[in-house]
This record gives sequence, C-alpha cells and structure tokens, in this order.
Amino acid sequence: MSAEALLEVRDLSVEFASRHGALKAVRSTSFTMRAGETLAVLGESGSGKSVTAMSIMGLLDPVRSRTSGSITFEGTELVGLSRARRRRFPGRNIAMIFQDALAALNPVQTVGSQISEVLRVHQGASHGAAKAQAIEYMDRVRIPAAAQRYSSYPHQLSGGMRQRVMIAIALALQPKLLIADEPTTALDVTVQAQIMQLLTELRRETGMALLFITHDLGVSAEVADRIAVMYAGRIVETGTAAEVYLHSRHPYTRGLLDSIPRAAQKGQRLTPIVGSPPPLTAIPRGCSFHPRCPRAAEVCTTDRPELREISAAHCSACHFAEELADARG
Amino acid sequence: MPAADREVVLELDSLVRHFPVYGSGVVRRQIGTVKAVDGVSMTIHRGETIGLVGESGCGKSTLARLVLALDQPTSGTVRISGVDPFTLSRKALRALRRRVQIVLQDPYTSLNPRMTVGDLVGEPFEIHPAATPPGGAAKAVRDLLDVVGLDPDHANRYPHQFSGGQRQRIGIARAIALRPELVVLDEPVSALDMSVQAQVINLLKDLQDEFQLSYLLIAHDLAVVRHVSDQVNVMYLGKIVERGESEEIHDRATHPYTQALLSAVAEPDPRESARRQRIILEGEVPSPIDPPSGCSFRTRCWKSAAVCASDVPALSVRPGSPHPCACHFASPRS
Repeated sequence: MSAEALLEVRDLSVEFASRHGALKAVRSTSFTMRAGETLAVLGESGSGKSVTAMSIMGLLDPVRSRTSGSITFEGTELVGLSRARRRRFPGRNIAMIFQDALAALNPVQTVGSQISEVLRVHQGASHGAAKAQAIEYMDRVRIPAAAQRYSSYPHQLSGGMRQRVMIAIALALQPKLLIADEPTTALDVTVQAQIMQLLTELRRETGMALLFITHDLGVSAEVADRIAVMYAGRIVETGTAAEVYLHSRHPYTRGLLDSIPRAAQKGQRLTPIVGSPPPLTAIPRGCSFHPRCPRAAEVCTTDRPELREISAAHCSACHFAEELADARG
Repeated sequence: MPAADREVVLELDSLVRHFPVYGSGVVRRQIGTVKAVDGVSMTIHRGETIGLVGESGCGKSTLARLVLALDQPTSGTVRISGVDPFTLSRKALRALRRRVQIVLQDPYTSLNPRMTVGDLVGEPFEIHPAATPPGGAAKAVRDLLDVVGLDPDHANRYPHQFSGGQRQRIGIARAIALRPELVVLDEPVSALDMSVQAQVINLLKDLQDEFQLSYLLIAHDLAVVRHVSDQVNVMYLGKIVERGESEEIHDRATHPYTQALLSAVAEPDPRESARRQRIILEGEVPSPIDPPSGCSFRTRCWKSAAVCASDVPALSVRPGSPHPCACHFASPRS
C-alpha cells in the first residue's frame, strides 16, 4: 500500500490551545491517497476537515497548534520538518485552493502577476516567460480574453472568475496533489457546476490527485472516487460514493442522508439527527457520536470504535457497522 | 380548504425597484439604472408557502425589503392584507409591521450578542406593547421559547451560549412573537450545519400549521424549496421567469434557466446522477446595469433566437408550458 501511496496520513492529531482547554480539532486520523485519485472529505463545520488539509499543506501555526502523528508525501515525512523546509515543500508537490477567492488573492496586485509570481519564485522564470506562461494557464482554466484579464485586479472579476484565477495559481507548478477546500461553496449553483466541471477536466488532463473538502453530500458524490466522512475530528466512514450513499455503514452518514429533503417525501416531516455536533473542547467519551446516535449502546459510551474494514474498500468506525441493514430505501 | 380560496395575505402588483447608478466624475451624472426588481406580481394566501429561487444579484433580497416595507418601490404596489403600507401614516405603518416579520440567514450576526435570549425574544413586545398577550411579556417569552423547542429556563443566557441551530430557533421565536400573518424566510437554513437543517425545517413546518403562517421562502437550495413550498417562483435579473406548483417546476420545468438550475444541483444518489443529463451554462449572470435586450437570459441560453433579442417574453401560460413561463420557446426537457 505505502509503496504506491502519494500521501499517507497516519494517526494525525491536531490540538489548539484555547481558553476552555485543549481544542482537539483532529484526533488520530489516518488515510491514504494514491496518485491521481480524488478523495472527498465530507464533514460539518468543526469536523476537522479543513484543519486536516491545513496540516498537510503546512499552514498551521506551530506555536498555537500541536500536530502529532505522521504525514508522508511520496515517502517524505512532513511532520517535524524544519520551518524553512516545510515552507518550501508544497510548491511543486501540493497546492491548495480556498473557499473565498477574494480573501485569498492579493487585492492590490493584478491577477496575472499573482500567477506569474509563482512561476518566477519556484521555477526562476524570467518576467517575460512567466507572463506568457501565466496567460497560458489563464486560458487553460477557461478565462475568456486571458491576455486582457492578465492586468485585472481581483475586485474587477466575478466570483467564478476569481476562483479560476486561484486554480490557475495552484496549477502553475503542476502539483501532484491539489487540495480544494470548499472551492464552490461561495458560488452560485450554475457557476458551481462550471467550476466542478473544470476541476474534473483538469484532473483528467494533468493526472493530479485531488483532495476535495466539502460539506455538500451531492458535490462529494459527484466529484470523488472515494469519500471519507468526518465527525468531531475523526474519520467515521470511508468508501466509494456508491458504497457510502447506498450502503452506508455508519449511523452518522445515514442520519445525514436521511435528513436531506428528497422528492418522495414532499411536505412530510424530515428525519433530523437529534442534537448538534459536540464542542471540540468537550468531545464525548467512547464514540463521539453516541449522544446523537439512535443505535447507541453501553459499549459506545466507553470504547472508542476504530475505523475498520467492513467489506472491500469500505470502512466504518461503528461498533454495530455489520448490523446496519444493507441497501437504503 | 384549497389555499387559493383563503384570504390573501400579500399581494404584489407589477412591483418595480430601480436604483440609479452615478458616474464618478465631478458632476455625478446618472449613467445607468440597476433594475433590481423589474415588474414582479405575486399573491400569497394564508397558510401558504411560496418559494423564491434565484442566484445572487437576481433581486430576491430587494424584493424581500419591499415586502417588509423597508424600501419604497419605484412603481407598482405592495398590499399587506389589502393595505398599501406606503400610503399609511408612520403610526399606522408601525402597526402594520406586526403582520410581516423576517427570519434572517445568519443566526450568528443577526442576534445582538449583548442581549439575553429573554430580552431578544421579548423585544417585539416592547416595540408593540399592544401585542403583549394577557399573561405579560415574561410569560409570553417563556411560551415562545417552549414553542420553538428551547428550554424556557435559558431565557437569561446569551446567544453565544447556544449552537447555530438553537440560535436560529431564537430568531424564529422573535419573528413569530407578534403572531404575524406573513414571515419572510431569507435563507433560513443555509448557514446551519447539515445535520441541523432538517430540525429547523421541521420546526418551521410545525409553526406554520399551528399559527396558520404564510411564508415567503427565499433560498438557493432547490431541494429545501421543493420540500416546503406549495409554489415555486424562479427569478432571473429582476424578473420572475417561471412559476408553478413545486412538483410541476421540479419535474416539468419549461424555462431553460430553471432546467439548468435544476440540473446544476449536485446529486448525492449515484443512481440518480447516472440517469441525469447535466446542462452546464456558459458564462455568468450579466450585470444588472446593462442587461441584455429582450429576454435577459438569452446570452446564456442554448435556445436563443432572433426573437429573444427583440421581444421580452411575458410570464404566461404557453403552448409548451401549462404553468406560467417567460420563454418564447418554453417546453419541458425531453
């Protein structure tokens, strides 16, 4: 497994100090990504999905946070790397795009120069060559009239165009892994569909792997080869989209699927999950989902269920995963 | 009793709201007009839920402001239970405001962090003392908290002590305190966690049944709109482009924009998404300062023809559409 793994995350834990004690954002989470694969990490706010991404990218403040466990990228261990090396590492290996492109882009620099800057810094390209290449990348992310848009400022572009600029910056170094943190959440549905299509096409053209972070069940199902569902800092279920959505083996995933409005039950009451996600300073003992779980038993309040394989390529962290009836309605 | 026979709570007639745009020179001449709401008519009956769907910038929120009488229309009329709020004296207008309330999108920013929950929910009774129920405001607040599923003993807590879903319940309690006839729901669940959204949708449904509320639901999530609305209105650049019963719109949409909007929604069920043919629209919503001539959707439409550039299609029943649709070539997807 690890020989062909592009990214391997083992027992990753991230803690932040807070007034209310240690805030456990990620709790011994493990997963692997192969080259060229798309993995969607699905979770609600506070589930630890973004912090996982930030720790892979090396964006967490080492003073305020504590990271333990291991993150290896093509065999290189990233946890514990010196700051200087850690900062240089992503570049050609890993790139990231964010939800809010307007906040992520420099407002006083033209979008084109923000793309060419990456090429100049990492590849040592000359100004002229970097500009030509940047325009090429703007073309590739389907920005119309790329040469003219090169000297536009971020505020002059629409939300969808800004997100395309971010994607162009991320692609400029031809990374092997692209981390996309809710890249379409702030966009309108029709533009969201355009960006999703663009990401899918680019992935096919470049063969890069994609770690897609989202809270949207539909988006994760459409984009990903595999889905990892996170709850309160841990992965509770992984599998193919079809496995997870049609034969979910975790009560949390099932609860989510049951709570979304569907055509058949128009006007009827929805079936929500009771309660709300726990605060990260006071995560319940045992299975962190047990206070909200309809199947919770004695064992769930004492023993933390580990993620284990239920069937080929389908894992669940529930004591009763085997008993969860097959095929949902 | 079918909704159409019940009393009319809200009536909008050819409502228009244009905003002038000024140049940046010394003499700030008007250089254009944003047609935020451009001729919208709509009727809401008691106990009915009307969904309003559209992308950002289509005029949904301007329409909500007009319905709440927070903004004056350029032309056209708003009638709340038959009364035009803009003809009233300030005092009479204030009394009328009791009848229309709003639930805002973000329960984190819409509640004053320095006020206790009891004060927040009781504030409407300070503004409208006449509306205080016989038992007094304090008892009314406890009852309201109970109705929205919060513990009445938590009335002296502050908003930050509650989760997002609970905060939205506080916002809902404030909105229904004065027993309004119409509640504008402006994206009421989109800021909430997925696992909590269904709880709030159920609550809104229960309250509607209990108090005979009418809802104007503004949302971008088509699945939510479909679930709770009796009728769906699709808005594009200030105009309603399609209107019909919610099942009708979802299953047999006849306007190309609605069809694209429906097909753009990501589908969690792999069996369903395999069956679907997606329409990916080109480009983005044009600037409302300089909208295209004729049909404003034509620049992104695959059916666009010469007539679309010259004639504005009216929202009406057409040969290809049993419900009102503003498209010269209205027809269901084959």
